[in-house]
Parts: sequence; C-alpha cells; structure tokens
Amino acid sequence: MAEAARRRADRAPAPRPLRGVRGGAAHEHAPALDALIHHRLRLGILSALAATDSLTFNELKSILKTTDGNLSVHARRLEEAAYVTCTKRFEDRRPRTEYRLASAGRQALQRYLAHMEALIRATRATLGR
Amino acid sequence: MAFRSRRTMDPAPALHERALDDLRFIRQTMEQAAAFTAFSGRSLVVIGVTAMLAAVIAPVAPGTGTWLLIWIGEAVLALTIGVAAALQKTHAAGEPLWSGPAMKFSFSVAPSLAVGALLTAAVAGTAMAKLLPGVWLLLYGGGLVSGGMFSLRVVPVVGAGFMVIGAVALFAPVESGNLLLAAGFGALHVVLGVVVARKYGG
Repeated sequence: MAEAARRRADRAPAPRPLRGVRGGAAHEHAPALDALIHHRLRLGILSALAATDSLTFNELKSILKTTDGNLSVHARRLEEAAYVTCTKRFEDRRPRTEYRLASAGRQALQRYLAHMEALIRATRATLGR
Repeated sequence: MAFRSRRTMDPAPALHERALDDLRFIRQTMEQAAAFTAFSGRSLVVIGVTAMLAAVIAPVAPGTGTWLLIWIGEAVLALTIGVAAALQKTHAAGEPLWSGPAMKFSFSVAPSLAVGALLTAAVAGTAMAKLLPGVWLLLYGGGLVSGGMFSLRVVPVVGAGFMVIGAVALFAPVESGNLLLAAGFGALHVVLGVVVARKYGG
C-alpha cells in the first residue's frame, strides 16, 4: 500500500509556485517559498524533527496523525532532497526506521520560517498604510 | 492537530493567512514532538544518588523528627537540583522553560506534591508517620503517571514503578521504609536519569 502511494506521489506534478490572492506586498514574497516544504505533511515532518534529536516512523505517524503510506511517500521526498536522513535497523527483531533532520533541512525550515514572518510583516505594513 | 490536505482547505486563502496558519502548525508540531525534554538526565542521576545518601543517614537519625527533617531536606535539595538543571538545559537550547508541555507537566504533578506536603504536616509527630514512606512514593508516582502524559514516554512507566514500591511500603514493616525510599527516590531516579540522558541528551 505504501509502495502504491509512493508511485502515485512520484507521478504527481511538482507543486506550483505560491501566489498571494490578496495584498500586493505578500505576492512579492511568493516565488521565494520552498514548495517542497510548503506541503503541510512535509512541513510537519521537518518541524517535528527540528524539535528533537530523532523520531521513529511510528512516532512521526502518531504526531502528525497520518497514514503509513502518506508518511512514507513524503518522508521519502524529503530524504531525496537531503532534508532528512533515514536509518533502518532491527530492534528486538522488529524493523525500526528512524528519521533525523539534516542540516540542509534545518536551513530550509529556517528559510521557510523567515519567509512566513516576512509575509506577515509585509501584510501588516500594507494594512497600516 | 490532525493532518489536513491542502485540497480540503479554503481553496484561495490569502497568503498571509496561510503564513499565520503555517507558523501555528509548526509551533504545535514542535511542541508535540519535543514533549517535555527539559528533564535533565544527569540531574536525575544526582537526585537519585542524594536520595540514596539520605537513606543511609536516615536510619541512624535520633528520633522520628530528625528522620523527617532528613527526608524533607532531601526533597528540597532534589527539587532545587531538578529546577536548576531544567533551567540550564532549556536556556542552553534557547527554549523557554514554561512551554506548553512543561506547564502541563508541572500542573499535573503539583497537586500530588501539595497533597504529600499537607499529609506530611498532618501526620508528623503522630503514630501514623510510619505510613509516610508509602504515601510519599504513591503520591510522587501518581504525579509522574499523570504528568508523564505530557512528557517523555518513560516518565509514566517510572511513575508506575514508584506506585508499586509505595504500595509495598504501606504494608511492609516500618524498618524497611528507608530501604524502599532508596529503591524509589534513589534507584528509580537513577534509572530514569540514565534513560533520559541516553535517549534525549543531557
């Protein structure tokens, strides 16, 4: 099931650049946004990993309240972008998949946060005029 | 904070609204993932060792009053060490001590500790003081079980361990009180400290 979901995600078109629908100031910042992170589940994975040293697949699934297939697909995309690292091993004969935030992922999340904050500041400035 | 696909959200929200929503989502996710990692593993080990020392000194104390003072002193020392270490750990990580999970944990544990303090004051100097080791262990364990729901998964497990030892202490001979206090406040804190230090750092 996870494999099927992964295949579907691989076929999916790349996310379109974001656009502001109200407020010109916000629109100026749109092209700089990282579309890979802007997906809510991928953003959740990076945020959760930023708060702790490492998380297992099941811990991430529980925190983000998602399915095996969804998590598997989106974690793989972040792994391919070198935003997270994935380690697979056996513990008490059971497979254990552990994710960690890579430095590229941390930087990407910081950039994303900076963009979000800039958007909010720009919108407030526009409203204040 | 269930995951929602973009498709199910407002099709055209203003970008700044999405930015605010994203920031809120990031903060909530980080809070959930971090749980209460302000626990300092090393400080828990130190607290365990000081409890074991108290258990060595307490049996030779002349009278129940001195015995009680030794254990109250140990409780104050343990609290001071725990708070100081948590402050140091969160400061080093650049995080506020009073984050959502930390506050929930503290408010869950505080009632049990307050009840323990009140009961201690009420029965000190009476024949019922012999029940204090069991009462302390049970209340502290109960506090950890409830507070542990907002914290590391190992915390409620250790809390249950405190409750088991506390239950034994209630019915065990009076002479075994110090030994059981050493097993709970000493050994269990050391075990918890080692697990926290190894798995969560510090």
